[in-house]
Amino acid sequence: MNALSPVPPAPVPAIEPPLALLAELTHRCPLQCPYCANPLEMERAASELDTAAWLRVLDEAAALGVLQVHFSGGEPTARKDLLELVRRAAAGGLYSNLITSGVTLDPAALAALADAGLDHVQLSFQDADATQADRIGGYRRGHARKLEVSRQIRDAGLPLTANFVVHRQNLERLPEMLALGEEIGASRIEIAHVQYYGWALVNRAALMPSRAQLERANEAVAEARERLRGRITIDYVVPDYYAARPKACMGGWARRIINITPAGLALPCHAAETLPGFQWPSVRTASLGAIWQDDPGFNRYRGTSWMPEPCRSCDQREVDWGGCRCQALAMTGDAGATDPACALSPHHFMMADAVADADAVAEGPAPALVYRRIRTAALVR
Amino acid sequence: MTGEGAAVPAFNRGFRMRHDPVRKAWVVLAPERLFLLDEPAVEVLKLVDGARTVPDIVDALAAKFNAPRDTIAADVVAMLQDLVIKGAIRL
Repeated sequence: MNALSPVPPAPVPAIEPPLALLAELTHRCPLQCPYCANPLEMERAASELDTAAWLRVLDEAAALGVLQVHFSGGEPTARKDLLELVRRAAAGGLYSNLITSGVTLDPAALAALADAGLDHVQLSFQDADATQADRIGGYRRGHARKLEVSRQIRDAGLPLTANFVVHRQNLERLPEMLALGEEIGASRIEIAHVQYYGWALVNRAALMPSRAQLERANEAVAEARERLRGRITIDYVVPDYYAARPKACMGGWARRIINITPAGLALPCHAAETLPGFQWPSVRTASLGAIWQDDPGFNRYRGTSWMPEPCRSCDQREVDWGGCRCQALAMTGDAGATDPACALSPHHFMMADAVADADAVAEGPAPALVYRRIRTAALVR
Repeated sequence: MTGEGAAVPAFNRGFRMRHDPVRKAWVVLAPERLFLLDEPAVEVLKLVDGARTVPDIVDALAAKFNAPRDTIAADVVAMLQDLVIKGAIRL
């Protein structure tokens, strides 16, 4: 900025406070899903934020205007102080959501969480078939445990979302997954196609569904939505690769959500650490409010003024906010490019090529999966 | 449900109404969702306490706003039915 500029600076538009805090408490997890949203370079326990820092972050979040906190990971129950954090969130009026694999939970832990003020549990499933689920999760008898825990969650009086991440190797069983969600008493079912960043991008060829598979899945969801209307909410995220318009990633860059990594970095999105050229601020040295308002990384792609064409003049620019920066980087090499998920992007053909590849290999055996383990991370980077 | 009935509306578990002092607005917080409430919704939902019946709520609003009871009843029933479909309340 030129401090001597004779032109007065344009008025800075007010920045709306974030609605949600995504608190990634740890990267530790007993499961090894090959599409994990965590970065390839994972934090070890020793570099995690301590309890006092998380408590301060929760207080700052509530004061800033955050209304919901998602305790995530890794596996958030790996943190010994989870109860204390839930209690503090509740004290600040925050709606707390536990995003868990469930395998470490039991009735006593769930009763304590409910008592501490936990509002909701999102339980992940890897499949409706136990053998396949355990193969993808890399955890023996994990699926059976999850079924037990789903009952225990309901017994503790906690509302339950059943989350299924879907991909080429399980999509055929989507009707069974929807039935499973219904059977365990979920009030919400989330069907999320794998998003291809991080570990999932490494495994894209083994995970991406064919167009025919996707169409059957869309039909299964439409049928279930009709049948379960008013009883179970079904949220369904279609993969970008098959879309003509990008999704509003995170509801727009630095518009609604602030993400804190296990080591305390604040990000506008959990994958933003993959973007080069950013010095992400740490909650160890700055307040959440100062970060949200002033951090150059948060302001970099906020709003619409950063946009290139075709976004800049597009009538959808405040609908999709230009799509996903991490995907733009991963595919075009430029995080500031139009998301290639958009049919108007000059790089959209790359999505179409990946889809064609997926269709071509759909009948053959899937390539081997690279599992999410701290020790394999070095091999795939 | 087409008329008022005598149902007692209540929030489902996982749905919570609160005032947001930062935005100076009432919101309903829900799993991975948030409903921003307009003024009529706030007036109705403040009376959804798991004890009052739909007719109780209509009576209270008709008195408070000095408005025709039938008009209030139609609005309240439509709003509650919509929230049932969204999973926020039960009747």
